[in-house]
Amino acid sequence: MAAHTPAVTDTTFDEEVLRADRPVIVDFWAEWCGPCRQVAPILEEIAEQHAEKVRVVKLNVDENPQVAARYRITSIPTMNVFVGGEVAKTIIGAKPKALLLRDLADFL
Amino acid sequence: MDDVRDVIIIGSGPAGYTAAVYAARAQLRPLVFEGSVTAGGALMNTTEVENFPGFPDGILGPDLMDNLRKQAERFGAELVADDVTEVELSGQVKSVTDSAGTVHRARAVILAMGSAYRELGLDNEKRLSGHGVSWCATCDGFFFRDQDIAVVGGGDSAVEEATFLTRFARRVYLVHRRDALRASKIMQERAFGDPKLELVWNSEVLDVLGESSVEGLRLRDTRTGAERTLPVTGLFLAIGHDPRSELVRGQVDLDPAGYVTVLERSQRTSLPGVFACGDLVDHTYRQAVTAAGTGCAAALDAEHYLADIEQAARA
Repeated sequence: MAAHTPAVTDTTFDEEVLRADRPVIVDFWAEWCGPCRQVAPILEEIAEQHAEKVRVVKLNVDENPQVAARYRITSIPTMNVFVGGEVAKTIIGAKPKALLLRDLADFL
Repeated sequence: MDDVRDVIIIGSGPAGYTAAVYAARAQLRPLVFEGSVTAGGALMNTTEVENFPGFPDGILGPDLMDNLRKQAERFGAELVADDVTEVELSGQVKSVTDSAGTVHRARAVILAMGSAYRELGLDNEKRLSGHGVSWCATCDGFFFRDQDIAVVGGGDSAVEEATFLTRFARRVYLVHRRDALRASKIMQERAFGDPKLELVWNSEVLDVLGESSVEGLRLRDTRTGAERTLPVTGLFLAIGHDPRSELVRGQVDLDPAGYVTVLERSQRTSLPGVFACGDLVDHTYRQAVTAAGTGCAAALDAEHYLADIEQAARA
């Protein structure tokens, strides 16, 4: 299902996101969040269509509280773009694909 | 005129999906624009729905929408998770443009865009949105474990959110402008009986305080004018909704509050062949079941309208 948006965890986050050699979009989500479910297939599409430029990964805030706390996530879905280990962009809340693409234009 | 459909439905939620069930069963093969992130409507952000008839044990909002969606699909409704960017509703054949710019045409259109949550309209509310300011208790309540937070509003959704948030928070202040709640009796009793919930009457929010995240609210007493600061780290807003009628403004008649107006005892708008239902037209009841009811009525009205124009064309 989420073939193009693999999961990262508290354990794998530093390696897979902070030390990645290209921008990584991290989707902070949880099972009980309706808007997260709605934005998930859009992110999956973006991941597939822009695979050569960015990587999209998902972080379940319920199971991985350390990373969520480190980046002071208090609202989901939050989508942070990490470039060279730093947060280069934060998008909060589910949005239609066209708006997400516009917000992410610098990285795609 | 082969590419002209019978019905296009704009919006989902209980109104849009019920209209889709009825239109599909009438073999009108409706095309439904569910919205790319608003699919399912307002109930997608709720938890237990306890007052939808036929579910004695309650049902989760997203599950109810999932069921309705499947029911519409089973009868042949074509559902697309996309947004409508433009409509042209005046002629015999109406056109509806999707987010990719593709134009779809139909003889009848059912509007079910619902409503969007209302904002306080404060600069700091926007700035701190996602940093303590939230419109979705079920999404974000989790992050406020053992903290003091505030819910603003006085209706059913405000009380429901406040009660839900006591699962996580240490203390929940329910801030309301008046000295009585609009919420239903059962919800009020729940609020008054909850030891973690404290009512803050006659108070309006002047400002949201905090640099990088919410640290408090500036409140004004609506009777005395006295101001004070309420220290909270989270602010959940449930101050009502406004109809999402921007798409059709200038084409169908709206009332001063922006709701699409319908002719008495029907879901017909001011334009022939255009029908409206759900929260988009309803400033009175705004329940899942009334939305479903008007969705059904809109589909039946559309069906009659299509039968009439077909008969007129044959005569």
